[in-house]
Amino acid sequence: MTTPDEIGGEREVGEGAWLEAMQRLASGEARLVSLWADGAEARMALSSAGRADLELLSYSCVDGAFPSVGAAHPPAIRLERALCDLHGLRAVGARDTRPWLDHGRWPIRHPLGAGEASPAAPEPYAFLAAEGAGLHQIPVGPVHAGIIEPGHFRFHASGETVVRLEERLGYVHKGVDRLMSGADLTRGAQLACRVSGDSTVAYQIAFARAAEAALGIAVPRRAVWLRALMAELERLANHLGDIGAICNDASFSLMHAHCGILRERVLRAAKGAFGHRLMMDAVAPGGVAMDLNLGGRQALRDLATLVRDRFPRLVELYDNTASLQDRTVGAGVLDGELAQRFGCGGVIGRASGGAFDARRDHPYAPYDELRFDVPTLREGDVNARVWVRIREVEESLRLIAQILDRLPSGPVRVEVAPSGAPGEAHALVEGFRGDVFVSLRLAADGTIARCHLRDPSWFQWPLLEAAIENNIVADFPICNKSFNCSYSGHDL
Amino acid sequence: MRRVLLEGVIHGPLTESAPDADDPELVALAQEVKSAATASLGRSLSIRHVDAGSCNGCELEIHALGNAFYDLERFGLRFVASPRHADVLLVTGPVTRNMREALERTYAATPAPKWVIASGACAKDGGVFAGSYAITGGVGDVVPVDLHIPGCPPSPAALLKGLLALMQGRGG
Repeated sequence: MTTPDEIGGEREVGEGAWLEAMQRLASGEARLVSLWADGAEARMALSSAGRADLELLSYSCVDGAFPSVGAAHPPAIRLERALCDLHGLRAVGARDTRPWLDHGRWPIRHPLGAGEASPAAPEPYAFLAAEGAGLHQIPVGPVHAGIIEPGHFRFHASGETVVRLEERLGYVHKGVDRLMSGADLTRGAQLACRVSGDSTVAYQIAFARAAEAALGIAVPRRAVWLRALMAELERLANHLGDIGAICNDASFSLMHAHCGILRERVLRAAKGAFGHRLMMDAVAPGGVAMDLNLGGRQALRDLATLVRDRFPRLVELYDNTASLQDRTVGAGVLDGELAQRFGCGGVIGRASGGAFDARRDHPYAPYDELRFDVPTLREGDVNARVWVRIREVEESLRLIAQILDRLPSGPVRVEVAPSGAPGEAHALVEGFRGDVFVSLRLAADGTIARCHLRDPSWFQWPLLEAAIENNIVADFPICNKSFNCSYSGHDL
Repeated sequence: MRRVLLEGVIHGPLTESAPDADDPELVALAQEVKSAATASLGRSLSIRHVDAGSCNGCELEIHALGNAFYDLERFGLRFVASPRHADVLLVTGPVTRNMREALERTYAATPAPKWVIASGACAKDGGVFAGSYAITGGVGDVVPVDLHIPGCPPSPAALLKGLLALMQGRGG
C-alpha cells in the first residue's frame, strides 16, 4: 500500500505573514502554485526550491477584503480577478479590478459568495490600449477558424507586427467549483475528469489523490502504477498530436499526418487497455476503475515498440526540413526570466530554461521509484517547445516500458468511506501541459465542501501575450499552438 | 523526407472502410435526422465546428476525423473556417452563458439551408454540467438541432456515422 499524501497543513496567517509571503513571491524565492478562496478565507499555495511539500496559507478576510497578491506579484492578477468574480471578496491595492470570468451574463453574481442577482445587461469590457501612429486593432474570437476552444484575442498591430496582444478568456466557464460544492466523491470525480478533456487523466489523479489524503486512505500499489501508466499514455498522445499540429501550422502536413497516425494508435491502445480512448472515468478515488489484463499489457508493449520504431524517422524529418525550421526557429521567443517569474511549468517553462516537473520536484508514487529525465532547453522559441516535446515523448516511452515491466500485482481499488470527520488535502500532478493543482475540503459526511482545481494554463496564457510581441500576426497560430494552453481548464 | 514518402507509397493505406449503410448505429441516427441534407445539397457538406463550452474532449475526437484512419474528406465532408461557408454547424459543449450570443451569431451567419448537429452528452442537455448557473442547458435550447450524436466524447467512428446519417437521413 502507498501512504497517503501530506494532508492539509495550511497555516492561518495574519496580514504580516500574508504580506511576507507576497514579498517572497515577488523576489522569486517562492513560486505561486495557486490563489483561491474558501468561504471568507483567501488562500495561497506556494512551492519553494528544495522543499518537497507545498506551503499553504489562509487569510481570514476582514470586511470581505484581503491584501492584493497581484499588486506585488503580477502572475497572481488573473487568479485574483477570478477569485473576486466568484466570491465577491475584494483585493485591496489590486492593479487590475476588471472582471475576468464573469462576463455579466450569469443570472447571479459571486456564485461562491452571496449569489446576488446580476444586473440585466453586461457592461462593455475595457481592453488595454496601445497608442501610436498607424496602429490598428484586430479582434479575433471567441469563435476561431479552426477546431479549437473559444477565447478572444485583441491584437494591436503596426502593419504586420504585433505591438500588443491581450487575451480575454472565460467563455467556457461552466461553474465547476459550485457544482463541486455538496457533491459526493463519485460525482466530484466525474466533474474533475471533465475539467479539461486533454488532461483528463492528470485531473482524475490529482482529484483522487487529494480525496484519498483527506480521508486517510492508502491506495493499492498496483493502482498507483496503473495511474502513472495512464498519465504517460496521455502525455504521449498529446505530445504526438501537438508536434504534428505545430508543423501543420507551418503548412507541413506530412508531419501532421504521420504524428496523427501514431496518436490514433495510442488512443486505440488506451481504449483496449482501459476502456476509453481518452481514459475518462478510468481513475476512481480509492484506485482505478478497471484492471489491466494480460491482453491489454501486451497491446501497450506493442504500442511502445511501434512508436519507438516510427518516431525517430519523424524526428529526423523535422530536423532535416529547413523550410519548416525557418518557421519555428526564433519564432515566439519566451524570455526565460519572465517564465521563471511566472512559475511557468510544463513544456513551455522547460523550453525557456525552467526545470520544474512535479513528478520530480514534488515526487509522488510511483515516480519516486522510476528512472526518467526532465529535458530542458534555453532558447524558448517554437522550435525549443517542439524539441522538449520530442524528448518527453522518448521519456514517456521509457517510463511506459519500466511500468509494464515492473507492474506490481494485487488489488486495484479499495473502498472509499467517509471518515466521519472533516478532512482537507491537496495534490500536485504533472499533466502533459504542466502541473495540475487540486485542493479539496471534505465535510464529515464525505461530501465535498470546497474543491479548487488550478490548471497550469493560468501561468502560461499571460506569457503568450509576451512571447508574441514583435512577431508578425501571421505567426500567431504557430506560436499559440506551440503553447497549446487550455481554455476549459482555465475557465472552469 | 524521401524515405517517409516512399514508405507511404509502398505500404497500403491505413484508411478504414466506410460504415455499412445498414450499420445499426447509422440507421438509428438517420431515423433521427429531421431533414436530410442530400435532398438539398447532394453528396458534399461543409462543416463549421463551434465549441460552445466543451471540455475539449469532443474537439480532440473531431480532429481525429481528419487522420489517415477516418479520412473524412473522402466522403465529401470538410471543415471550413467560417460559418458563411458552412452547410452544417457541429456544436459541442453545454452552451455556457458566456458563449450563448457567439453561438446565436454564428448560426445567424450561416446561410440557409443549414443543419445543426449537437455532438456529445453536454450538447444534449448540459451533461455533467446540467444545473449550473453558468450554462444554458443544451444546444437545442439556443438553436434548432437536427441531430444529436451521443457519447462523452463521441468517438470518431460515431461522429462519422452521424455525419453520414445526416446525408442519408429520411428526408424532410
